Amino acid sequence: MSTLIDIRDISVGFVGRDGRTREVLRNIDLAVDSGECVGLVGESGSGKSTLALAAMGYLKRGLRLLNGSATFNGTDIFAQSRQELERIRGGQLALIPQNSGQSLTPTMRIGAQLHEALRLHSALPADHHATKAIELLGHVRLPDPKAIVTRFPHELSGGQQQRVAIAMALAGEPKALLLDEPTTGLDVTTQAHILELLRDIAAERGMAMVYVSHDLGAIARVCTRVVVMYAGEIVLEGSTRHVLKSPTHPYAQGLLASIPKLDCAALPIALDGRPPAPGDAGAGCAFADRCAIVQDRCRSVRPQLAPSEIGGTVRCFLAEEAKRQKGRTTGAAPVRYSGDDTMLDLDGLSISYAKPRLLEQMLGRGTNVPPTVDDISISVGKGETLGLVGESGSGKSTILKAIAGLLPPAGGAVTAGDQPLPHTVEQRHPSQLRQIQLIFQNPDDSLNPRHTVSDILEQPLKLYFGLSGNKLRARSAEILERVRLGAHYLDRLPNQLSGGEKQRVAIARAFAAGPEIVLCDEVTSALDVSVQAAILDLLNDLKKTQGTTYIFVSHDLAVVRVLSDRVAVLYQGRLCEIGQTHQVFGGESHPYTKVLLGAVLEPDPDAEPTLAADDVVERAPPERGCPFQRRCPRRLGAICDTDAPPWQSPATGHAIRCHISLEDLNAD
Amino acid sequence: MTKIATTPAENTRLQRSLGVLRDVMARPSGTIGLTLVACHLILAIISPWIVPYDYKAMDSLLMLKGPSGAHWLGTDHLGRDVLTRVLLGGREALLVTGIATPIAVIWGGLLGIFFGLVGGRLDEVFMRVVDAFLSLPWILKMLVLIVTFGTGIEVLIPTLAFFYGIPVIRIARAATHDVVARDFISAARARGHGRITVISRELLPNVLDTLMVEGAMRWSWMLLAFSSLSFLGFGVSPPKPDWGLMIADARGFMSFAPWGVLGPVIALSSLIIGINLTADALAKALGIDRAQKAPV
Ligand SMILES: Nc1ncnc2c1ncn2[C@@H]1O[C@H](COP(=O)(O)OP(=O)(O)OP(=O)(O)O)[C@@H](O)[C@H]1O
Ligand code: SF4
Ligand code: SF4
Ligand SMILES: [Mg+2]
Repeated sequence: MSTLIDIRDISVGFVGRDGRTREVLRNIDLAVDSGECVGLVGESGSGKSTLALAAMGYLKRGLRLLNGSATFNGTDIFAQSRQELERIRGGQLALIPQNSGQSLTPTMRIGAQLHEALRLHSALPADHHATKAIELLGHVRLPDPKAIVTRFPHELSGGQQQRVAIAMALAGEPKALLLDEPTTGLDVTTQAHILELLRDIAAERGMAMVYVSHDLGAIARVCTRVVVMYAGEIVLEGSTRHVLKSPTHPYAQGLLASIPKLDCAALPIALDGRPPAPGDAGAGCAFADRCAIVQDRCRSVRPQLAPSEIGGTVRCFLAEEAKRQKGRTTGAAPVRYSGDDTMLDLDGLSISYAKPRLLEQMLGRGTNVPPTVDDISISVGKGETLGLVGESGSGKSTILKAIAGLLPPAGGAVTAGDQPLPHTVEQRHPSQLRQIQLIFQNPDDSLNPRHTVSDILEQPLKLYFGLSGNKLRARSAEILERVRLGAHYLDRLPNQLSGGEKQRVAIARAFAAGPEIVLCDEVTSALDVSVQAAILDLLNDLKKTQGTTYIFVSHDLAVVRVLSDRVAVLYQGRLCEIGQTHQVFGGESHPYTKVLLGAVLEPDPDAEPTLAADDVVERAPPERGCPFQRRCPRRLGAICDTDAPPWQSPATGHAIRCHISLEDLNAD
Repeated sequence: MTKIATTPAENTRLQRSLGVLRDVMARPSGTIGLTLVACHLILAIISPWIVPYDYKAMDSLLMLKGPSGAHWLGTDHLGRDVLTRVLLGGREALLVTGIATPIAVIWGGLLGIFFGLVGGRLDEVFMRVVDAFLSLPWILKMLVLIVTFGTGIEVLIPTLAFFYGIPVIRIARAATHDVVARDFISAARARGHGRITVISRELLPNVLDTLMVEGAMRWSWMLLAFSSLSFLGFGVSPPKPDWGLMIADARGFMSFAPWGVLGPVIALSSLIIGINLTADALAKALGIDRAQKAPV
């Protein structure tokens, strides 16, 4: 096979405020053959996107090519004129960026957008465009392409939009596809479907792919070769099997150990510290500060990429050592709950976003639209962690907001301890507010950019405990200590912190109130896996020392598995299944739980997802019957459409809501 | 107990303002813009003491004379020194707009924040009204008022402040909407802070940045409007010097005595360019995306 993308000794950098040139990519060599799929992995800031974009001659504003060259199919990319580059990009070399589904033009029909892509990037005469557009949509496995061409992007689900974006990239018959986090932000089930599609397309067309992702599970599924990047360098490169199964670089080992696994209930091991900022890597190994087996020479001499004994290349003096070392492969066991006092009780909670008139317009339906969330009855024990899982739009955040009093429920009751809670924040007593604290998904959004860390921590301290002056600051420092940040962070602004540090501050703010119940809404989704592991460890620690009750919302089942004592599965705002974590994750499960579990991608080239249900996103729950009726792979028939399924209990504490009998559920 | 950090607060409000100023100055647009604006302000303040002639002094022997050692910018059709009149000609404009701009930003900002917070039907209806109003040509709106109430500072300031506050409503409302949707507002509400605290501590600091940039933009538009009014004879009344008025007076002689127009035009445009450059640098320093700013 011939080399299609050939990157030689490339360095890319920017000039910092101090006038120094800081390198974002350092002397990178990468060759991709046609028909090959190479995965680029690394923490955020490691330069993986920059490298992929450089392959198509694109550098973000402020970045400069310092050294090296990139050739595509024999043409020197950086020597091309603008027009020539534009002809190549989108034609033979196509990019699918993150959220590309959302970046479709909202006011243009899908067909028109495809025609535009065909006009720009294919040699096809205009009268063939219509048939070709339909053919392309078929290629990306969209049902009923003829109907889809007439639709607008907002009439498609996130997964379908992403498929259209892929179809557009295929319009120019590309020889190579660059994919930058193409499934990040999509649901597990949707992600699994898209990845299968990419695999098939690559195989059918013999295309080369460069797949950038921080998700090793996705990489394991589509890539044949993996390149691990750290601080702008390649530190390990080899076949997917070699990199994921027997990594020889300490960084890759650390990265793998920090990923929670579905089949293992232990806490993942955090990789402490953070990568050096561009230009700060120093003379020695860039990973030295975080490496467990670092030696003196690592700090003074920069290791070179060298072939490793078992294939691939590695940048480490002690690669052989590292391989033998293997390190701890499992972390500490999480704290498990064993009590029976109820802390939080949700009784028949139902929440509706419908402001009747507006919703009628929006959905074009009658007035009795079923509520977004309905009939949620769960009780959570004191010190227990309840995991809440479900796809996007299943109402996870909505339930947390109702518990916090930010969204008044339409019906049902919330009881904390033995007191019924009023529905809104305004009606609640300060002690009731103090009791329940919320931590949000994205710390960039939940921390006021204009407040320093001490401002942020002082708010609950002043409000609930009336502290002031020196006491206030001392207490803030103490709380910061508890989330393992030093007191010198007190005067920083959020933009002077890393993502993980920001989330720690957000956690500290919640714990400053001394809450009994902490609601965690996707608290690790915006973070790198290595940072995620540290945050999970911290939450577990706080649970141990403070005896906190958590409701832990996540779309990542492996993360939920690690922390939760019990798990509730939601579909379209309705409970499908609830039980002890091991009961839900094994043994008999609701068909929807099975679908979710089947779609989970493990960072293991041998693991294969099972794709049961379609990745269609539903806009509103059905009015009658089982909420999962439209997508259920095991649908029994009309009864599922008309009758609400009964709760069945295979074991104490485990309940499944389905018409299928327990024996049959078990059989599969 | 944990030891308390003894490092001085490095992120106080003053520190931040200084940081922003430094950032503005570090950009070419900021350096040039601020220098231009500062020169104008200083000259406007000290000009009565440094002008070479009396701005009213006419000399029929010196009508429309070109630049010379005695009259660097020549003389106008009444034989008055152009340099003197250019130096003094911005005072009235700066005074009026300098008072009207903050008023416009404050009332427009408050109303915009209010509607941004209230949301819903009321907000939608009100914004339609604002849009309709904005779509009328501004000069028409202002002339109606001035013709009704007469000219003079006491009319011009409220008029300009009123009209230029209206686009601020839109900007402030949009900025408020953006901030209100963010989780730190939900977090503050969920903690149980009162409405006033949420608005003053969480919302305002984030909206003020946008309003500051908007204020600078309004200022430059207002200067242009003021000069246009003078040009049309509705602003400053002669013989008081004013750039707009001077351009109007001198434009008839432009073909053979261009200095009469050139002086005030350069003065006015350099001030407006200076303000725009500063606003631009300020927006960049504060990280505000000016692309989403509503049209005038
Ligand atoms: N402000 C709103 N107005 C109307 N509908 C809303 C609003 N917010 C959310 N919804 C709808 O309510 C449903 C539940 O949304 P919610 O945000 O709780 O989902 P989620 O499970 O947290 O999803 P994700 O994983 O994407 O965060 C979705 O169908 C969503 O479109
Ligand atoms: S070279 Fe040294 S510091 Fe770097 S990864 Fe290898 S052992 Fe660790
Ligand atoms: S009730 Fe019917 S539709 Fe619902 S999960 Fe069970 S089999 Fe599927
Ligand atoms: Mg959510």
